[in-house]
Amino acid sequence: MDAIYLDNNATTRVDPAVVEMMLPFFTEQFGNASSLHSFGNKVGLAIKKARMQVQELLGAEHESEIVFTSCGTESDSTAILSALKAQPERREIITTVLEHPAILALCTQLEKEGYTVHYLKVDDKGRLDLDEYKRLLSDKVAVVSVMWANNETGSYFPVLEMAELAHAAGVMFHTDAVQAVGKIPMDLKSSKIDMLSLSGHKLHAPKGIGVLYLKRGTRFRPLLRGGHPERGRRAGTENSASIVGLGKACEMALAAMDYENTEVARLRDKLEAGILARVPRSFATGDVSNRLPNTSNIAFEFIEGEAILLLLNKFGIAASSGSACTSGSLEPSHVMRAMGIPYTAAHGTVRFSLSRYTTEAEVDRVIQVVPEIVAQLRKLSPYWGETGPVEEPDKAFAPTYA
Amino acid sequence: MWDYSDKVKEHFFSPRNSGVLNDANAVGDVGSISCGDALRLMLKVNPETEVIEDAHFQTFGCGSAIASSSALTEIIKGMKLDDALKVSNQDIADYLDGLPPEKMHCSVMGREALQAAIANYRGEEWSDDHEEGALICKCFAIDAVMIEDTVRANKLSTVEDVINYTKAGGGCSSCHEGIEEILVKVLAERGETFQAGPVKMKEENAQNGKGGKLNNLQRIRRIEMVLESVRPQLQRDHGDIELVDVDGKTVYVNMTGACAGCQMEALTLQGIQQKLMEELGEMIKIVPTKAGAYARAASQA
Repeated sequence: MDAIYLDNNATTRVDPAVVEMMLPFFTEQFGNASSLHSFGNKVGLAIKKARMQVQELLGAEHESEIVFTSCGTESDSTAILSALKAQPERREIITTVLEHPAILALCTQLEKEGYTVHYLKVDDKGRLDLDEYKRLLSDKVAVVSVMWANNETGSYFPVLEMAELAHAAGVMFHTDAVQAVGKIPMDLKSSKIDMLSLSGHKLHAPKGIGVLYLKRGTRFRPLLRGGHPERGRRAGTENSASIVGLGKACEMALAAMDYENTEVARLRDKLEAGILARVPRSFATGDVSNRLPNTSNIAFEFIEGEAILLLLNKFGIAASSGSACTSGSLEPSHVMRAMGIPYTAAHGTVRFSLSRYTTEAEVDRVIQVVPEIVAQLRKLSPYWGETGPVEEPDKAFAPTYA
Repeated sequence: MWDYSDKVKEHFFSPRNSGVLNDANAVGDVGSISCGDALRLMLKVNPETEVIEDAHFQTFGCGSAIASSSALTEIIKGMKLDDALKVSNQDIADYLDGLPPEKMHCSVMGREALQAAIANYRGEEWSDDHEEGALICKCFAIDAVMIEDTVRANKLSTVEDVINYTKAGGGCSSCHEGIEEILVKVLAERGETFQAGPVKMKEENAQNGKGGKLNNLQRIRRIEMVLESVRPQLQRDHGDIELVDVDGKTVYVNMTGACAGCQMEALTLQGIQQKLMEELGEMIKIVPTKAGAYARAASQA
């Protein structure tokens, strides 16, 4: 039985067609795109083509709005630090409690440096209160940074609407769209989004390549200064092979957009419904009617996520978990906690993230295996009786310290 | 994924003695729901002999929590209660061929469940002042609470002090930012400002040239010098170390006083071994001698 990879929100396999496009750029086409000679010139043209492929996937108005970076995290940091540098009189940031650490850890650091960060809270499905957001928008705010789709639950934030509101208030808007790009259609030229981050390895391009979309006219201060690449907005010699690979991957993602939103969504729904029907005391987390087509995050009560993953791995199935133990911290995922998922369920969340390479047979296999694994672990759990949770689990099992 | 030993995986995939023990007469519940671990240990103790005739567990937790529980039940079955109380968390980790530093708390939980179960059998009240902070130093598995407490109690003010008192930060040094943050906070509490300065790492301390092969006498002197350098630290904790023998690349030592059988013994030795390797510029294995092990048994009896 081949391995079943359902962890595509963590990273994806580089498509063979992408690899093929990249290979010449390590050997024959090794020139520096900034050089005048023919070695460099061809590379420059290839990068231009890739830029247009990214532009098309994003629905950006100009190819010059695409700035290649090294990863999604770099794009996030560049966007936020640029907004602060360009508007030194504005000392506030608005973001959400569900953001990726690429945003949250940066904000924590900025708070230490004296900035004020407003974290928008969410309800039990991970939805924002837009009234709270509107109240916080002011001329003190340098930038709003809100993720397009959540990496753990796949749920969307209403970034288009939020960007309109920010624009009306004269505030820059950035979105971390690392999970959304390539999975849902985008038309940035008709939006008020000023900056957007994407990461190549989430859409079958290689690791180590990212993009910051920068709407024309957005005030900008580079993170890395030096030579002229990317029109001086991101110095450092272009990662030409990966840029070409990302271009190809964007072209392929655009071509597969319908499939992603019909067939991948159908398989995801089948997987989720199949597991929920067979496993008692399990539920899908997040805003399930409003999420990425490929993501399902299921909480299995009274068992722990890392243990589930280890057993899944034994069956050749790769997924991920929001449990504390998989991250090395003592707390379960900040996403699950922010949504108020109780600890006994938050530790047992498993994220299945599909791709356009996922097959029906793989989904069927996972549906078959998961109930056995959950039952096996529940047999070990002090919170679980013969056929269901012990009565009043909190009282029946009350450890000495908690 | 974690770098678990084969033994950990084996005990996780096929746990021994799991499930309810119906005629248990000693039960210990411990855990921390927020960190996702909870363990119930059930023992059947012979009232005549105080021998643990059977041991079962139920665990809500990760792979290493389940493996630690399984290992614990295997270790203590057939033991007398007094002997079982001598089982340390390090014994559990050793039984499993080691645990990653982030997972050592799983073995601590096993030991605590055992203490709780025995207290339950004896009708005693068991309580624990268990407090665990975020893991700061991954090389030596030192958490924020321990660093904070040590900084406060000893009025430490530099990263180097923290390394000398807790070992945190004495390895790869990538956690120095975290240690500095703790220093800033605790120093502010006592009205001082943290002054950052260059941190002298071990390599810089070793002034003697490392080039050239040492003769036996030089090697032993170097080894003694390293042991001397750690001695004040050990003595502060009411322990000590003595050199017993050097046989090729193996250095035999005796851990005495409070160090004998201390839960941190393995980590301490690991740190000393690292120092020896850096000082001598070669692979060194440090081994506590049997005499030390006897001393450990005696000190815990």
